[in-house]
Amino acid sequence: MTDAVTVTDLVVERGRRRVLHELSCSVPAGQVTGLLGPSGSGKTTLMRALVGVQRVRSGQVTVLGEPAGSPGLRSRVGYVTQAPSVYPDLTVRENARHFAALYGRGAGAADDALTAVGMTDAAGQLVADLSGGQRSRASLACALVGDPELLVLDEPTVGLDPVLRVDLWDRFHALAAAGTTLVVSSHVMDEAGRCDRLLLLREGRLLADSTPARFRTDSGTDDLEEAFLRLVRTQQEVAA
Amino acid sequence: MSAVLSPRLTGVTTGRVLRQLRHDHRTIAMMVLLPSLLLGLLHLLWRDVPALPGQPSVFDRVGLTMLGVFPFVVMFLVTSIAMLRERTSGTLERLLTTPLSRLDLLLGYGTAFGLAAAVQAVVTVTVATTLYDLDVAGSLWLVVLIAVVDAVLGVALGLLASAFARSEFQAVQFMPVIVLPQFFLCGLLVPREQMAGWLQAISDVLPLTYAVEALQEVGRSVAETGTMWRDVGVVAGAAALALALAAATLRRRTG
Repeated sequence: MTDAVTVTDLVVERGRRRVLHELSCSVPAGQVTGLLGPSGSGKTTLMRALVGVQRVRSGQVTVLGEPAGSPGLRSRVGYVTQAPSVYPDLTVRENARHFAALYGRGAGAADDALTAVGMTDAAGQLVADLSGGQRSRASLACALVGDPELLVLDEPTVGLDPVLRVDLWDRFHALAAAGTTLVVSSHVMDEAGRCDRLLLLREGRLLADSTPARFRTDSGTDDLEEAFLRLVRTQQEVAA
Repeated sequence: MSAVLSPRLTGVTTGRVLRQLRHDHRTIAMMVLLPSLLLGLLHLLWRDVPALPGQPSVFDRVGLTMLGVFPFVVMFLVTSIAMLRERTSGTLERLLTTPLSRLDLLLGYGTAFGLAAAVQAVVTVTVATTLYDLDVAGSLWLVVLIAVVDAVLGVALGLLASAFARSEFQAVQFMPVIVLPQFFLCGLLVPREQMAGWLQAISDVLPLTYAVEALQEVGRSVAETGTMWRDVGVVAGAAALALALAAATLRRRTG
């Protein structure tokens, strides 16, 4: 299996604080890789490094065979920030068409993306008038319009009702089945079970690189939340 | 590949900014009508003040100058807030991960607000010359052109200033910092020849000085003057310089 993303000895500092400590990991192509960890573990920083907007101290990030952030990657990588980054004073459709146009695609691609996230009915509404969950779906649609090879999604299911969450996860797996590589972050461990591959982050370090099944077996529990806690405890004992 | 500049992507940005504006009816109304109303106030203020013999009336002199000052101030404010919102809402970060180049984004803003300024200028010039009897010796289209170039200068400085603002409070206060010294020293309040040498030297490097001089040239001369065109060139050059600096402050990678 080829890797869509390779991170080698990545160090990121914010001010004097080190956010990522010589982190190395890889993301397999055509799968849904979950980036799991508590708030403040460095998930967003790592994702920003993947899309090339994070200033890095040292280390390499290779995305689809090119250094992260290369001009050639900008039409091949889609990024959805944690806070919905769409224009509140435009309608959902206008937002989707704007980002479609930036990726050189037409109105048809914009409509398809809105259908994919179930926002067709709200297409004519101003984003400012939407609920939080609708906003994040609109934001997601604006990344889907580019039909990217790599989709980096920062907590895309926060604030969504359970039905929509299941819908979106189905959508992610459908995209992966069609060849798209997805990196999805979450701080909710019950979402870990929906990923093909897991990268567990804590305090800027990679705690585990596993799959949900292997992670359950290794930790001896079916509860992924519990498995994560056991792993943290074991590591602390090793350190002590 | 994302080129340094793509006319298509610049156009996409211009369209998007204008569409945002279209949803905001009150802002459009204020942009189009406010300068005319303020000019009306000036007209009433000086209506009964006699002009010195052989001199243009105070309103002809000041009113014409304001046609250049309004778009500069309004577009500076609007742009610095718009760009700050792009930064704080995360849309800027997102745009920088797309094929859009930084220059496309800035020129897109410049074009959008330049077009808005053109509408504003046509309305204000029409109202001023018909309702308020503003006397302009030269072509009114030149007045509109200078107003648009002033607006683009405002946009460019607004984009640059927004890079140094962390909050809306700061962004708004850059207006007096950038605008008022240029207004004080542009030759309207005190003729430039009567200023202290060092103040005149500062006035020489402030772009609004040239915008005001260009308008005064159009005001008193029927034929286009070389000084006027040189002044327009200086203002346009200053706008280009500010846009280039703004592009340099727009970092793709941030901490």
